[in-house]
Amino acid sequence: MRLSPKHATLLLLLAILALAPLVFPSSFYYRVFALIYVNALAVTGLVILLGFAGQVSLGHAGFVGIGAYASALAPMHLGLPPLLALVFGALLSALVAFVIGRPILRLKGYTLAIATLGFGILVSMVLRNEAWLTGGPDGVAVPALGLKDGLKGLGLKLKTSELWYWTSGIVLLFGAWLALNLQHSPSGRALRALHDSEVAAKTLGVDVARFKLKAFVVSAVYASISGSLLALMNGFVTPEVAGFLHSIELVTMAVLGGAGSVIGGFFGSVLLTALPQALTFFQEYKHLLLGLIMMLVMIFMTEGLVPSLQRRLFGRTS
Amino acid sequence: MSLLTVSDLAIGFGGIRAVDGVSFAVQEGEIVSVIGPNGAGKTTLFNMISGLYTPDQGSVELAGQQVTAMAPHRLAARGLSRTFQNLQIFPQLTVLENVMTGRHLQEKPSLFADLLSLPSSRRKTRETEATARLLLDKVGLGQAAALEAGTLSYGGLKRLEIARALAAKPRLLLLDEPAAGCNAVETEEIDALIVAVAGEGISILLVEHDMKLVMKISSHIVVLDQGCKIAEGKPAEVSRNPKVIAAYLGSEAGDDAAA
Repeated sequence: MRLSPKHATLLLLLAILALAPLVFPSSFYYRVFALIYVNALAVTGLVILLGFAGQVSLGHAGFVGIGAYASALAPMHLGLPPLLALVFGALLSALVAFVIGRPILRLKGYTLAIATLGFGILVSMVLRNEAWLTGGPDGVAVPALGLKDGLKGLGLKLKTSELWYWTSGIVLLFGAWLALNLQHSPSGRALRALHDSEVAAKTLGVDVARFKLKAFVVSAVYASISGSLLALMNGFVTPEVAGFLHSIELVTMAVLGGAGSVIGGFFGSVLLTALPQALTFFQEYKHLLLGLIMMLVMIFMTEGLVPSLQRRLFGRTS
Repeated sequence: MSLLTVSDLAIGFGGIRAVDGVSFAVQEGEIVSVIGPNGAGKTTLFNMISGLYTPDQGSVELAGQQVTAMAPHRLAARGLSRTFQNLQIFPQLTVLENVMTGRHLQEKPSLFADLLSLPSSRRKTRETEATARLLLDKVGLGQAAALEAGTLSYGGLKRLEIARALAAKPRLLLLDEPAAGCNAVETEEIDALIVAVAGEGISILLVEHDMKLVMKISSHIVVLDQGCKIAEGKPAEVSRNPKVIAAYLGSEAGDDAAA
């Protein structure tokens, strides 16, 4: 029996997760890859919103920010344990997405892009200016998750960087599994249908507004958890995490890798997270090269890196 | 009781009355055709009936219930399905997935079950796939199931749209020029398909330019010209009506060329 695209993707991710550490020259790479996985989690959410449902958001770092600051502030002010703080952040992001999604998702194309951009800027402004709560531009410390001590109790000793490598990798794997399940499910078909033709989807009975909102809320939860993990991993968070640049980065990762595919979003995250590290060799030409690579990919691989390669190698996309 | 009753329906765009006070009815199991020259308001009429446009005046009743300006997805839930003159296919989905999407109302998706791929979600997908494959065989696209829909020929896309609309299990199917732009062979195939669908008891409201087809299969015909109904009746009656002949050929030669 042929491997389904869903299982192929999961297997590939699992293989990368398990085998990559074997070729790491130093423990620094654990951290780089943990960053890749954390970014890829938010990008997977964008694959659902942008790739499946075709709705752009230039403000998703706003939800990353909500997740990150929930991890920092909820233990301090609400007395929540760190893991519950992550869940609290995800629920808060879902609620915010639900409330703002209703009016915003009536917009289309670039008007939707600007409205979501506004949301992202709003969040980062609040985080920057409400210093009494958020610590302002200087940021705020994040209480540890306590995983390390927990594992030590079980007799498992891991370095912090290794611990975060595995934690973020496993969460990403779970997130990818959910997104892949969705892709070829009844809900996923409705989302991908409204992406191609809203009017046809409507006449087939799809409540387009409701399904867009569902995709928006789900993708906000992905972004929020990504933010919480980032905050916990760094032990510190600043308003930049919710900033405009981070939003753009996430969308670029999704589109560069191939927004319609989960594995595409993953490789987009690899490219944009790892390449700047890899290109440090070229010093001052680094950003020039990065920009050039991005342009070339989009010109010659309009569908994004992974779907274009699949089409060229196998004559189809999954 | 009529399945569809359209009463005094009208809509204007910037001062132009695109459809002006049109009334007619479709009985259960009938094929009713709407004909008229280009720009007569046929597609606009369809868009009002299927909820895409809100009429300025008049009403639409489906199975005795008021459905004027109801959202398209709610109309679909009440058994109204349609195709589009200018094709509204999902090009990035496969041929099979296009038809599967037509089963949305029967699937009643649950996001939670779909994310977790619970047995209920997988069962729905399996059932939907089986139904969709039957429909694809019926419209002669069984072999093309795995292709991306965007790669089909024009005639294939037209048939795919019909299969997708049928997947929604409609009581009333609106077909907007299903044979437009198709070659003779493709037109034949679509003719046969429409007759077969009607044979299953699905009522059909048809906009079509192919007079041969319209005359052959329609129970009755509604003729529009410049937004107004100018004639209605059995095919033989309509084809003899002087107003209809004038509208089609133009009362003065050359009038119609601009339309």
